[in-house]
Amino acid sequence: MAELNLVQKRKQKSIFTMLALFAIFTLVFYITSSKTEPITFGFILGDEFKLISEWSVSSRVGSGIFMLLALFGIGLSYLGFKSEKSTTLGSVIFGLGSIMSFLCWAAAGKFIPFTGLLQAALLLAVPLIFGSMSGLLCEKSGVINIAIEGQLLFSAFISAIVASLTQNLMWGLLSAPIAGALVSLILAYFAINFKVDQVIIGFVINVLVLGLTNFFYSTLLVPYDSTWNAAGSFSNIPIPILSKIPIIGPVLFNQTIIVYIMYAIVTLIQVALFKSRWGLRTRAIGELPIAADSVGIDVNKLRFRNVMLAGLVSGLGGAVFTIGAVGIFSQSMTAGAGFIALACLVFGKWSPRGALVAALFFGFANSLQSNLSISGVALPSELMLMIPYIATIIAVSGLVGRVRAPAADGIPYSRGNK
Amino acid sequence: MPLELKGISKSFGNLQANNQINLKVGKGEIHAILGENGAGKSTLMNIVYGLLQPDSGEILVDEKLVKILEPADAIKYGIGMVHQHFMLIPVFTVAENIALGREKSKFGIISFAEIKTKIKKLSDEFKFDIDPDAIIEDLPVGVQQRIEIIKALMYDAKVLILDEPTAVLTPQETDELLNVMKILKSRGTSIIFITHKLREVRAVADKITIIRLGKVVGTQLPSASQEELANLMVGREVDLAPSKAAFNPGGNVLEINDLSIFNDSGRKVVSNLSLNIRAGEILAIAGVQGNGQSELARAIVNLEKHKSGSIKLDGKEILGSTVRDSLRAGIAYIPESRELDGLISTFSITENLILDVHDLEPAASRGQLNRSYISENATTLVKEFDVRTQSIEANSSSLSGGNKQKVVLARELSREVKLVVAAQPTRGLDVGSIEFVYEKLLAERANKKAILLISSELDEVMELADRIAVIYKGEIVGVVDSDVSREKLGLMMAGIK
Repeated sequence: MAELNLVQKRKQKSIFTMLALFAIFTLVFYITSSKTEPITFGFILGDEFKLISEWSVSSRVGSGIFMLLALFGIGLSYLGFKSEKSTTLGSVIFGLGSIMSFLCWAAAGKFIPFTGLLQAALLLAVPLIFGSMSGLLCEKSGVINIAIEGQLLFSAFISAIVASLTQNLMWGLLSAPIAGALVSLILAYFAINFKVDQVIIGFVINVLVLGLTNFFYSTLLVPYDSTWNAAGSFSNIPIPILSKIPIIGPVLFNQTIIVYIMYAIVTLIQVALFKSRWGLRTRAIGELPIAADSVGIDVNKLRFRNVMLAGLVSGLGGAVFTIGAVGIFSQSMTAGAGFIALACLVFGKWSPRGALVAALFFGFANSLQSNLSISGVALPSELMLMIPYIATIIAVSGLVGRVRAPAADGIPYSRGNK
Repeated sequence: MPLELKGISKSFGNLQANNQINLKVGKGEIHAILGENGAGKSTLMNIVYGLLQPDSGEILVDEKLVKILEPADAIKYGIGMVHQHFMLIPVFTVAENIALGREKSKFGIISFAEIKTKIKKLSDEFKFDIDPDAIIEDLPVGVQQRIEIIKALMYDAKVLILDEPTAVLTPQETDELLNVMKILKSRGTSIIFITHKLREVRAVADKITIIRLGKVVGTQLPSASQEELANLMVGREVDLAPSKAAFNPGGNVLEINDLSIFNDSGRKVVSNLSLNIRAGEILAIAGVQGNGQSELARAIVNLEKHKSGSIKLDGKEILGSTVRDSLRAGIAYIPESRELDGLISTFSITENLILDVHDLEPAASRGQLNRSYISENATTLVKEFDVRTQSIEANSSSLSGGNKQKVVLARELSREVKLVVAAQPTRGLDVGSIEFVYEKLLAERANKKAILLISSELDEVMELADRIAVIYKGEIVGVVDSDVSREKLGLMMAGIK
C-alpha cells in the first residue's frame, strides 16, 4: 500500500478513534448493561397522519440496534477513506448512532417523545444557523466575525423592546435585523476602515453589548416590565399538507415564521455563494483580495457590504430568542450561542450546507440533554449540560479532518500607499 | 503611441523609487525595461496599472492624457498586466478566475458558457492547451502564467505589461514565453517586458530602456552587447564570474538519506531524497521555485515538523533534534526570507548579530546579557562584513536588502560551522551585494566547509556549484557536474532525465 499522507493519516486515526469509542460504548451500553426496562419513543405530536405512534424496545436491545447503526457509520467512513473521499457522512451517522444508543441506555423505563425531541432540536438550532450564516458571510469575504454573540444578544434585546412597546410582533421582527446590522456597523467600521485586529474588535463588541443590555435590563426592563418587556411570541403556522407528513411534518413545517425565513435564507446563501456574481466576488476577496482588486473589484466596499448583510442575518437569529420563543428578554440570554455558531461554521467547513448540518447536530445534542433531565434520568444535571459541548468538541477536533479557512480570512486589505 | 509616460516620479519616504521617468511604447513593440532589483521597475509598472499613484508625472494613452486611479481604469484604457506574483485565486477554476470582474449573469446566476468558449479559442490560437475547468492550484506555474496572459487578452489589452515573467520558468518554458511574446507582437499588441536578465532582453526586445536607482540611464537596441547593457544597468564594470579555488573535496559532511517532508496540509513536498555534500564542496539544488527546495533547506535545521528519513552531519544524526541543537551542531543557515526568518526587524543590528548565541558565554553570563561584549562583537562584524549603516544600534529594518543579508551572513558565518545552508542567498539583491555573497560563500568553500546552495537562478548555480542536483516535484532528478549545458539542466528542471 502506498504511503499515507497526513490527511489520510488523520482520517485513519479518526476511524481508529471511532472504533475505540464503538468498543467502549458497546461494552457499557450493551454488553455490561443489565437494563431490561423498555424505552418508549413517541412519534405523535399533533394531528399529523399516523405512520407509527409508539415504538417500545428493551433498553439493552435498543442500545445494541443503535450501536449497529454506529458501526455502519464507521463502515461508511472506511469506504470513504479507501476511495479517498470524504469520511464526514459516516462520522455523522456514527455520532447519531452513539447518541441514540446512549439514550436507550440512559432513559431505560422512560417515555421519550421523539418528535418533540426533534422539534426542540430544530428550534435550538435556528439561532445557531442564523449565527453561522452571519459568520459565513463575513469570513467568506475575509473578515473574521467573533461578534456573532453580540449581534444575537443585541437584536434579541431590541426586538423584545420594540415588540413590547408597539405591541406588534412584526415591528419586533423588523427591528431585529436592523439591530444586528448596527452591531455589524461597528465591526465593519473598525475592522475595514481602521484595520483594527478583527478578533479583538469582535471581542470588544461582545463585551460592550453584554454591558449595555445588562444595564438597560436592570434599569428599564425589570422595573417597567409590563411595557418594556412583554413582547409575546410568534405562534406556529402549520403549512397545509406538508405539516401532516409523519414525523418530519410537524418538525419542519409547523414552525414560526422565523424558521421559514431561515429555510429561505440558507437556500439563498447556498445558491448565491456558489452560482452568482456576488458569490464569486465574495469568495475572491476572501481568498486573494489583491487579485480581485487587480480586475477592478472594490474589495473593502464589498467586504463592508457583506459584514452589514451578516448583521441583518444574525439579527433574525437574535429575534428567535425572544419573539421567536419565550416572548421576553432576560439577561445574557444568548448564553454563548454566537460562539457555538462560530464552531458550527468551522465544523461545516465554511459552507452553508455544512454549517446547517453542524447546527442541527448541536441542536439535537442540546435538546436531548434537556429532554433527559426533564424525564428524570439519574445522571447529574451538570454532567448532562456538558453533553452538547463535549459532542461539539469531539466533532470539531477529530472527525471533520483538516479544513481550510478562506485564505485571506482576518487580514485587512490595503493596496500600496492607499 | 499606445502608451507614453512623462516625468513620472514617486518616492516612499526617503527613497526616490522613480525619478522623472519618460517612456514611449510603440504599437506592436516589445519594449524591455531592464534594471537591477530595487531599481524601480515594478514601482513604475504599478503606477501604470493604477496600483500606486505617482507623486508627479503624466500618463498618455493613444496621445490622450489619462488618469489611472484604479486597476479598473488601466483595464478600461487597454492596459493589461501579468504580475510577478500571479493574481489568480488558487481555489477557483480557470474560468472563474478569468470571469472575475467581468461576469455575465442571467437573473444573478453567472453563465460561464461564453467565457469558456473564449478561453478555448484564445488557448487554441496560442497552442496553450488550457482546460477552463481546471483548478488553478493544481496547475504548474508555467500554465498559470499563460492563464494570466489570456486573462489580460480577454480584457482586450493593447499594452501588456509582463513583470519579471521568467523568474518562475524553466529555460524551455522561457523560450516558449518569448515565442508567445512574438506572436502577440505580430497581432499588434505592445508589450512592456520587465526583467533583469540580459539574454532574454536581447532575444526579443525591439527597444531597451535601462533604469538605475529610479532613473532612466539609457535606451538601447538589442544589438547592444551584453557588457554594455550590464554596465549601464549597474553603473560600473561588473564581473559576476568570481574566481574559484581549485576543487579539492574532503570527506562527507552532510549525508541525507531517504528524506521525506510533508507540509501542514499533509501533502508530500519532498520524497525519499538522498544527497551528500563533502567538505570544500558547493552542492547546488537547482529547480523551479516550489519544487520542495525551500522545505529541504528548512528541514536540515529541523524547522519542518513532518519528516522522515535521516540527516547526518559529520556522521551524527540530527534529524528530529531542535533547531538550536542543529545550528549548534555546526550549521550556518541563511534563510530564504531575510526579512521574515533571517532577522528580527525591530531589533537593532547588535541584537540581531547575537540571536544565535544570546544565551551562551560570552554574550551572556548568569542570565544577564553582556552589553559591552555584544556591541564590541557588532562593531567587529559590521566592519568585517561591510554592513553600511549609520549606527550599530539602528533597527535592522532600516537597512537595505543587501545590508540585511550581510548581517545574516555575519551572524551565521561567525559561528564555528561545518555546513552552510544558503537558501536563495542573492534573491532581490543588487549586483554589488551579490558579488559580496558569492565571495563569502567561496571563502567558506576554500575553508573546507560544505555548502548547500539553493537557488532558482541558473547562472548562479552554474557559476558557483561544484555539483548540481536538480529537484523536481520533491525528487532529485539527477546530480550533474557544473559544466553541464543549460539545455540539459532546463530539461531536468522540467522533470525529464
